[in-house]
Amino acid sequence: MNIYAPGRERLIVIGNGMAGMRTVEELLKRNPGRYDITVFGAEPHVNYDRIMLSSVLAGEKALDQIVINAREWYDRNGIALRTNDPIVAIDRAAKTVTAASGLVEPYDRLLLATGSRPLAPSIPGLHLPGVCAFRDIADVETMISASQRHKRAIVIGGGLLGLEAANGLSKRGMRVAVVHLMDTLMERQLDPEAARLLQRELDERGINFFTNGQTDEVLGTDRVEGVRLADGREIPGDLVVMAIGIRPNIDLARSAGLLVNRGVAVGDDMRTSDPCIFAVGECVEHRSKTYGLVAPIWEMAKVCADHLAGGEDTVSDYVGTVLATRLKVTGIDLFSAGDFTGDETTEEIVFRDPARQIYKRLVVREDRLVGVVLYGDARDGAWYFQLMGTAEPLGELRDAIIFGQAFAGGKEADPAALVAALPAEAQICGCNGVCKGAIMAGIAEHKLTTLEGVRAHTKASASCGSCTSQVEQLLVLALGEGYAKPAGVKPLCKCTSLGHDQVRAEILAQALKSIPAVMQALGWANDDGCHVCRPALNFYLLVAWPGVYRDDAQSRFVNERMHANIQKDGTYSVVPRMWGGLTSAKELRAIADVVDKFDIPTVKVTGGQRIDLLGVKREQLPAVWRDLNAAGMVSGHAYGKALRTVKTCVGSEWCRFGTQDSTAMGVALEKMSWGSWHPHKVKLAVSGCPRNCAEATIKDFGVIAVESGWELHAGGNGGIKVRVTDFLCKVETEAEVLEYCAAFLQLYREEARYLERTAPWIERVGIEHVRERVVADAESRQALNRRFLDSQRFFQDDPWAEDAPSAPASGAFRTLATVE
Amino acid sequence: MDTLDLVWIDVGALDAVPRQGARVVKTAKGDLAIFRTLDDAVFAIDDRCPHKGGPLSQGIVHGHAVTCPLHNWVIDLDSGEAAAPDRGCVRRVPARLEDGRILILAS
Ligand code: SRM
Ligand SMILES: Cc1cc2nc3c(=O)[nH]c(=O)nc-3n(C[C@H](O)[C@H](O)[C@H](O)COP(=O)(O)OP(=O)(O)OC[C@H]3O[C@@H](n4cnc5c(N)ncnc54)[C@H](O)[C@@H]3O)c2cc1C
Ligand code: SF4
Ligand code: FES
Repeated sequence: MNIYAPGRERLIVIGNGMAGMRTVEELLKRNPGRYDITVFGAEPHVNYDRIMLSSVLAGEKALDQIVINAREWYDRNGIALRTNDPIVAIDRAAKTVTAASGLVEPYDRLLLATGSRPLAPSIPGLHLPGVCAFRDIADVETMISASQRHKRAIVIGGGLLGLEAANGLSKRGMRVAVVHLMDTLMERQLDPEAARLLQRELDERGINFFTNGQTDEVLGTDRVEGVRLADGREIPGDLVVMAIGIRPNIDLARSAGLLVNRGVAVGDDMRTSDPCIFAVGECVEHRSKTYGLVAPIWEMAKVCADHLAGGEDTVSDYVGTVLATRLKVTGIDLFSAGDFTGDETTEEIVFRDPARQIYKRLVVREDRLVGVVLYGDARDGAWYFQLMGTAEPLGELRDAIIFGQAFAGGKEADPAALVAALPAEAQICGCNGVCKGAIMAGIAEHKLTTLEGVRAHTKASASCGSCTSQVEQLLVLALGEGYAKPAGVKPLCKCTSLGHDQVRAEILAQALKSIPAVMQALGWANDDGCHVCRPALNFYLLVAWPGVYRDDAQSRFVNERMHANIQKDGTYSVVPRMWGGLTSAKELRAIADVVDKFDIPTVKVTGGQRIDLLGVKREQLPAVWRDLNAAGMVSGHAYGKALRTVKTCVGSEWCRFGTQDSTAMGVALEKMSWGSWHPHKVKLAVSGCPRNCAEATIKDFGVIAVESGWELHAGGNGGIKVRVTDFLCKVETEAEVLEYCAAFLQLYREEARYLERTAPWIERVGIEHVRERVVADAESRQALNRRFLDSQRFFQDDPWAEDAPSAPASGAFRTLATVE
Repeated sequence: MDTLDLVWIDVGALDAVPRQGARVVKTAKGDLAIFRTLDDAVFAIDDRCPHKGGPLSQGIVHGHAVTCPLHNWVIDLDSGEAAAPDRGCVRRVPARLEDGRILILAS
């Protein structure tokens, strides 16, 4: 090769896929004039984002939205693109390639980027129509058209690809079964516990799993009809998707006499055994490793472009990539990286929160983080991944590291603050290896205002999309409120594809007034729903139609049906209301009598300023209530998604610092709001001065008395994730406190999603929204207040009195029969 | 067993159990949960979740299944099996309806 010769060198790229075109992009950045470039692609398409095929299948993206480089890009850069024309031979002596069309082209440099092929097991029946892989646009088109005509799909393989296929097909209305060879899903990326959580979540979305399932045969005569497993089980199906793995596509390289093992062997400079031929992407084997994700590909592309652009003396090495995995299934938050199995030289830090389905496992070796699995809350994935990358000793960080960056770093647990706190070199987009600094620079330099803009200019979030929320936070950080974000919807449960807000809107728009009516009008998948949607619908209906909707006891969780908290041994606890934490000798005497009479094993003062009677048997409940009712006590709703407690301090009545009568204010608030149902539990508190002995600033609605009136605070939470309230406003009179509080509660009832407490609700909608509806707009506040009080006319009655021993409903507490 | 030996015991009226609900029958072998589903089918299974013994009679009933009130395992009433990924099985007792009365098979 003579670099002084006139005319340009010829570069031929085999494979118009992600690795090949990324290398060309990188090359054009470095040395746009060096080569005449010709690209041969086996597929009839321009370069597209293969990763996003999952989103196309799930109906979240259209095909034209996943194009990376359109024809116009090839033209503009003088690249000759030959689609639908695979290369069939390389003649290394003559330095030519031959395409299927018969075309023979000479090259100076050749780039192999042939990707990989789906693995096919050697079993009968694979030739049948209705069997496909999940690799390219043609496969996705096969699946989409099958989903329009057929009902049942079988996915073979419970890895990343198989699960994304299963999710997509299920969202397209098919009943999906996943057959997986191993005991747990994604066993190469997840430990068994995270895998089980994932399986349960997917199961709730209606996907069926056959683990430990070895597929022996694909059944059918003219078209696939199902599969048979080695243990004899047969699964019927009209579509079979093979997703058991991939194999580097090396046939062409092998017949050209290049060194190949599992993949095409390359050195750290991305050259094959022939120095004029480079290879990148899934087809290569580097330091005995092959890859199946894009992050390493982007690094390979840069190194390969360095060498293609520079002279023989270029120094640039690819040294391998540590992988992180995320699953692209909307609504599932999952992250894994590094060595998460551990061994005798490692320690584990594990966090479990079964109620919120969160699981985190960190693996530490010699005080360094070496592996991580996150399920349910993967926000800290990027941070952990960065800690793994820097391999610094954890030191003091170790104690709090499991709680995530917000906690361990001592910062506020707010995602925006979190992203703001990241250093510029922190990696945000794992797929494309884009760090925070590069994104911020891109936003500033190109005056970007949209996610799409950031994707186009920096590639961040342009591949799998799981870092989208962080990129959006960076946009907010750069642009402030000038950034308006688009929203995706998580389905309410596996019975519907509609989200909570859509369901609520339809309930009002179509005047749906019963659970069956909602299910019918909105096309529920199961006749009587499931334990997730029924309680939510029951709540939405009773808020929408107070006095009209008939509460459905069978759709309430046991505690709300039995008006008591179920305990681990199946007994119940009884908590009578003590208004504002006040009690009297008469009440205490009645409680003492009840304890003696029914032999109640435990009596405890609760954290909510009242008394809990624990270990009451189901049959005893109505009689216990009758005796408490007789002393003037009513249900404390300690069991309900309802108003729980109003904590108070002694206030100006006794305390030397008290500025107002906080106790009386608390009692008035509780008398107004008891009996009300909410998306989740609601707790109030009133303190008599800013010393705040009633802890009002971690309550859903907190009131703090000051000399000149009352400060109102909202959205606090003292539970799993502590959140201090936002200040709402200051008012002067007790009547105003009541009105603002009722309006706030009603807004929460009308707008928050079922099981969302005020804290996450306000995080989601912003305190400004609440201020607008409750503080700034007096008309809106008064209307909310009226609706709250109106609803209270129907709900403010004591469920204990209704279920007194004589009432017919009390059947629930009795035994149906006794048989010997 | 010879079918002639089968003894069905009347445990109560169908009306005594609400649709999508359950009631408890005490037996020598422990509590038995009697379910009535939306389609008025009746089932009898042990009132003990295979997970940690939760009282299944107190769960939410949907389709031919009940969700345990303690940790949300879903138990299939036809088979007594826990839905995947959970594993476990509850003892079933044959139950049927006759003239609006619920009968269970004595054992
Ligand atoms: C009895 C009590 C503990 C005590 O002995 O003091 C208690 C007991 C339970 N709490 Fe609590 N909480 C009690 C005060 C609190 C407080 C303190 C407070 O209210 O000032 C908090 C933190 C404040 C807050 O909610 O923001 C609290 C935060 C929680 C949480 C976490 C909530 C969160 O949003 O993160 C749960 C879990 C849940 O609701 O999902 C919970 C759940 C529970 C449950 C219902 C767990 C369950 O499902 O079985 C416990 C019921 C026991 C029973 O049968 O009585 N409990 N719980 C307190 C009852 C107060 C009352 O009189 O009604
Ligand atoms: C559905 C799906 C979801 C995925 N999700 C993720 C994800 O979330 N994160 C992630 O990191 N990775 C993901 N991947 C993997 C990622 O897409 C691949 O790692 C990446 O596409 C590999 O790039 P490549 O260029 O090596 O191969 P490809 O993109 O497959 O490109 C190779 C191209 O070469 C063509 N070709 C082959 N032989 C010839 C020939 N002889 N002549 C001409 N052309 C030829 C092929 O037709 C193909 O178009 C996913 C893959 C799939 C299929
Ligand atoms: S809050 Fe203030 S007034 Fe109330 S008890 Fe505490 S110190 Fe006294
Ligand atoms: S006891 Fe039934 S789910 Fe745990």
